Amino acid sequence: MTTYALETQSVIKTYQSESGTIQAVDDVSLQVAAGEFVALVGPSGSGKTTMLSILAALLQPTSGKVVLDGQDLAGMNDIDRVAMRREKIGFTFQANNLVPYLTAVENVELMLRLNNKLNKTGKLRARELLARLGLAERMHNLPGQMSGGQQQRVAIARALIHNPSLVLADEPTASLDTERAYQVVETFAGLIHEQKRAGIMVTHDLRMVEFVDRVLLIQDGKLVRIYTGHSEIMELIQGSRH
Amino acid sequence: MRQTFSIASYLAVKEVWRNRGRFLLVSLVIALITLLVLFIAALGEGLGNGNREYLSKLDADLIIFQAKSDNVIAASRLGRDRLAAVRRVDGVADAAMIGTSSASLILPGDVEPLKVAMLGVEPGRSGEPSVLEGQQLSTDLASEAIIDRNTAIRSSLAVGDTLTVRTTQGTRDEFFDLRIVGISEGQQFQLQPSIFVPFFTWDRIRSKSEAEVNSLTSVGNVILVKLQDPAQLEQVSQRLVSQVSNIESATLTKAIQALPGYSAQQSTLNTQGGFTLFIGILVIGGFFQIQILQKVAQIGVLKAIGAANPVVAFSSIIQIIVITVIGVLIGSLLTFSFSLFFPPTVPIVFNGTTSLIAIIALLLIGPLGGLVSIRYAVRIEPLKALGLSS
Repeated sequence: MTTYALETQSVIKTYQSESGTIQAVDDVSLQVAAGEFVALVGPSGSGKTTMLSILAALLQPTSGKVVLDGQDLAGMNDIDRVAMRREKIGFTFQANNLVPYLTAVENVELMLRLNNKLNKTGKLRARELLARLGLAERMHNLPGQMSGGQQQRVAIARALIHNPSLVLADEPTASLDTERAYQVVETFAGLIHEQKRAGIMVTHDLRMVEFVDRVLLIQDGKLVRIYTGHSEIMELIQGSRH
Repeated sequence: MRQTFSIASYLAVKEVWRNRGRFLLVSLVIALITLLVLFIAALGEGLGNGNREYLSKLDADLIIFQAKSDNVIAASRLGRDRLAAVRRVDGVADAAMIGTSSASLILPGDVEPLKVAMLGVEPGRSGEPSVLEGQQLSTDLASEAIIDRNTAIRSSLAVGDTLTVRTTQGTRDEFFDLRIVGISEGQQFQLQPSIFVPFFTWDRIRSKSEAEVNSLTSVGNVILVKLQDPAQLEQVSQRLVSQVSNIESATLTKAIQALPGYSAQQSTLNTQGGFTLFIGILVIGGFFQIQILQKVAQIGVLKAIGAANPVVAFSSIIQIIVITVIGVLIGSLLTFSFSLFFPPTVPIVFNGTTSLIAIIALLLIGPLGGLVSIRYAVRIEPLKALGLSS
């Protein structure tokens, strides 16, 4: 029996609005194993960002289970969810990723500080990770002194430095040109596979799913199709180009 | 908790240091508020001290006024017969009459005459200040004077010098020479530097109306009373009023409060100080509120990656405290530097306790002003701050 790093069971998220009840996520069940990189795709308003927020312990589902490393996020109080985000989850966001008054290396070390794990080994690992991401010369630069691509790579290092079980990326290539976008996603995928993390990337850009293991297509809040295997994924990419 | 404080301090100090120009500007605003508050406090202390200095340093328990004079020294007139009657009252250890008037000191050269408070005191009794230099007054009739430190500084007169006093006798100005026998510490009376002369000498040379010039009756203003047992203050006071006709008695504190304009002046300055502190709270509160509004997304990221609310709150509090402390320090140093250049005629006194209270109040205005912004920071939802909410 496969043990998944992340597993959701019948997750539902509804909102009340003036026009009635909106079903943002509708009965989504999915599993992601350690070392697996998954893309969550779908048109605008399909519910993928809401789903990501639920997986990130930033939003409580209306019903269903979200089990990360054997613990159900849906049943946790605020304090426990903050602790889960700090210890078990790594994030990169679309923009405003980094703390602007901390240098690249300080931003990465911040995750270790928050987890009370900043020691000599941690500091060394932060530098090594940044160097691997091609930022050896930029370690002491502030975010304002780096390009969008460099900032995203710092965010990737920060998302991985504390050895989280789950790494989430929300449109990590939205503000990058195509070449840099490919570089960022390829590096991200390489590190997730190598470090055996469960990775989920939300993207609207289907070209970026070339480096993932599975693609989950969400429409109107429902998980409508799963693309598995290189050939299926490549077909999806080809289809998006026409 | 220690971990929370450590991360909060780290974030707060990094942010302040990497944005030091912006934070220094806010510190300078706080420094200016500090300067203003400390000067208002010093001015209040200086003016208050100038008014009450002589009375507050008196070695007496009660002051006897003429009845219905509302405890106003200048409005009270008491003859020597009352002094004898007061001394006879049970519980009174000693009593001394003092008289107050204004006079002009004629200074050598083209210098403007120095206006002083001339007080008639009884040598060896309450009311005569202790000298720091020279000797006490010798007899009730001697042509001697003790000058206070303020008079000495402003007139450059010293012990052994002769001073010339100008007073008005009826319609004519007259000049009297007095030998300076001693210099006392500061003893300003109603914002004027003072000279102290034996009571009968004072009665002879003080300014008089035409009717008074030929009068043989010696009249002072108030009588200072020392009690055998200061704990019996209330009882002896009642006894005095019942046994000596046409008088009222007051404690020193009450007499100080009754000084013309004293209470109004102090409450005006205290109100000004209070308003300045209030403005300080609004300015600091406004700055930190704007700052928090500008970094909503940044706080959202911190919370999303697992920084708990106490980290965010402590970080803001530490920043506010650091900025306020730096501002108050700069302001205090500025105030101290400026005070060195003020002439002695400006009634500014930096009293330790008053300045300390003002500084503590200033240190509190930062956190008070920042309370709203801290509350706002704690309530930031990472989901909304990062634009992830639907």
